[in-house]
Amino acid sequence: MSPVPRTLYEKIWDAHVVTRGEDGTCLLYVDRHLVHEVTSPQAFEGLRAAGRRVRRPDLTLAVADHNLPTTRRVDEKGRRLPIDDPESAGQLAALEANVAEFGIPSIEAIAPEQGIVHVVGPEQGFTLPGTILVCGDSHTAAHGALGALAFGIGTSEVEHVLATQTLWMPRSRTMEVRVDGRLGFGVSAKDLILFLIGRIGTAGGTGHVVEYRGDTFADMSVEGRLTVANMTIEAGARSGLFAPDEATFAYLKGRPMAPRGEAWDRAVAGWRGLATDEGAHFDRSVRIDASEVAPTVTWGTSPEDVAPITGKVPEPDSFADPARRAAARKALDYMGLVPGQRLQDVAVEHIFIGSCTNSRIEDLRAAAEIVRGRRIDARIKQALVVPGSGLVKRQAEAEGLDRIFTEAGFDWREPGCSACLGMNPDKVPPQGRCASTSNRNFVGRQGPGARTHLVSPAMAAAAAVTGRLADVRELVKP
Amino acid sequence: MKALKRIHGRAIPFGRRNVDTDLIIAASHLKTVRRAGLGRHAFAAARAERGNVFDDPAFAGAPILIAGENFGCGSSREHAAWALADMGIEAVIAPSFSDIFAGNAFRNGIAAIVLPRHAVDRLLDAAWRCPLTVDLEEMIVSSPLGHRFVFAMDPFRRRCLLEGCDEIALTLSHEEAIRAYEERTGT
Repeated sequence: MSPVPRTLYEKIWDAHVVTRGEDGTCLLYVDRHLVHEVTSPQAFEGLRAAGRRVRRPDLTLAVADHNLPTTRRVDEKGRRLPIDDPESAGQLAALEANVAEFGIPSIEAIAPEQGIVHVVGPEQGFTLPGTILVCGDSHTAAHGALGALAFGIGTSEVEHVLATQTLWMPRSRTMEVRVDGRLGFGVSAKDLILFLIGRIGTAGGTGHVVEYRGDTFADMSVEGRLTVANMTIEAGARSGLFAPDEATFAYLKGRPMAPRGEAWDRAVAGWRGLATDEGAHFDRSVRIDASEVAPTVTWGTSPEDVAPITGKVPEPDSFADPARRAAARKALDYMGLVPGQRLQDVAVEHIFIGSCTNSRIEDLRAAAEIVRGRRIDARIKQALVVPGSGLVKRQAEAEGLDRIFTEAGFDWREPGCSACLGMNPDKVPPQGRCASTSNRNFVGRQGPGARTHLVSPAMAAAAAVTGRLADVRELVKP
Repeated sequence: MKALKRIHGRAIPFGRRNVDTDLIIAASHLKTVRRAGLGRHAFAAARAERGNVFDDPAFAGAPILIAGENFGCGSSREHAAWALADMGIEAVIAPSFSDIFAGNAFRNGIAAIVLPRHAVDRLLDAAWRCPLTVDLEEMIVSSPLGHRFVFAMDPFRRRCLLEGCDEIALTLSHEEAIRAYEERTGT
């Protein structure tokens, strides 16, 4: 009898079951745990209060990213500069004290490898196919790009993983998102994931693990896959998976924490067997033709509020659901937009290129391509480029991208979460309007009263040089 | 965690859909290294709106919150659950919840009660006039006006809420299985 065909998710799940509860909830082993400063202090405090230790510090990696200002971190002599905000400084100090006390490997705030956890994990080869990886941050979904079952967890779960290296999980339903065909000129992975969220809604993936399939994804770079997997959570699904393939192996080979030599060959042989079996069942299937996707922008305060850049601000009454109508009215009021307004007529004053969604080298190259030889529009008050890690920054500088940005009038910053979430000094002021490559356009996300339009790196660059939401396809020739 | 069997009191009829955890507690309040004291910062942006339900004295100290679809979406910040608990919320009723928030809620002794939209709409209406009761043993939400809605709940989570269990202690009782897994897989 041939075995029952399984999906990638089911294979990873089955390989990690420590024990099964009576109602189907399973205790799963966690291979990798990323820790940052914001969601961990209460977890360490919990361990201390109960007299518990960290079970496997060797499977844990800590790096600070959310609070760190993106301005200079060292003085002329290479000495670390203090952080002005006492609360941010306190949270960083707490992380440093906790990793020292519990013996957890960490990347220092001024180390060249420092960066956003979701950029650092793949970059260091800490993220590996077939593993279960968790972090106290919802965008942990990003690591699914490499074929890791990765999901964001709360602080109680962080404490649970630190103490036991396991988590109790109910089995998720499975959703296949199949995209075939070629993305059009000027259309990126970011546009595709925004399009998908618009199609299925922010709760469309709730209770599911998504697997991205089809030739559009097979042809997509690992960086692009990281962008797509990253925003899976914005479609309600905790994890989004890509089957590891040659592109994955090429990306990981030689990374500092990836296996080497014979161990590498053995690992790759195992990873090849992870792909979903022919005939495996998905509980839900969504199909998209890549050619349908245009450069996409958000107009509202939920990532599902999307439209092609060639479109208009929608009429709230055009939504069938009364709750959605009410939400759209509220969103347009907050965003200071009127129904029927052309999206390309919306003026912006702030540009943010960065975040765990779009701060990798490929993202910076795509933005620089548009900016090259141009200046930011006179109406732009602030334009930030924030590389996802020190290594991305170094690579970009080696390619001369920093000069393209600074000569155009952008600020070239140190790595961190920056203006994605209004937690460090990088914010958008009240009623300020920002074209942002980040992942959430929620009310107040980039600062109280801030108005966010989510876009791709190339579209953010196009907005910077035109001073409005602009169609990148009109700025470059195919 | 204290055991939770029955929640009775006024229910804040918030009703909004896609309530994200940034709205429940803004990032500027995540710099704390403690769990307590976040309640007064909860829903700050919503509270800035004139005539908002949170400032209605009828709902001061209400133990129940009613919202629309996809409550708790977005960031995994458990601070959202801590802020709700700090406000005195012990149950949230909505047509759907984000997966991460639902987990964070139950780990902080907050019952996430899923009811169909039509039931939630009727409770939103009733909440202006009377208190509600959420009974976790019977799995029923009821009102003195005769509303009676049966809900389902993950049995593991329900048991944890009813017994107020320490999840880490429960897991550590499986130490042998964890060690066996590590030996078997060479982890």
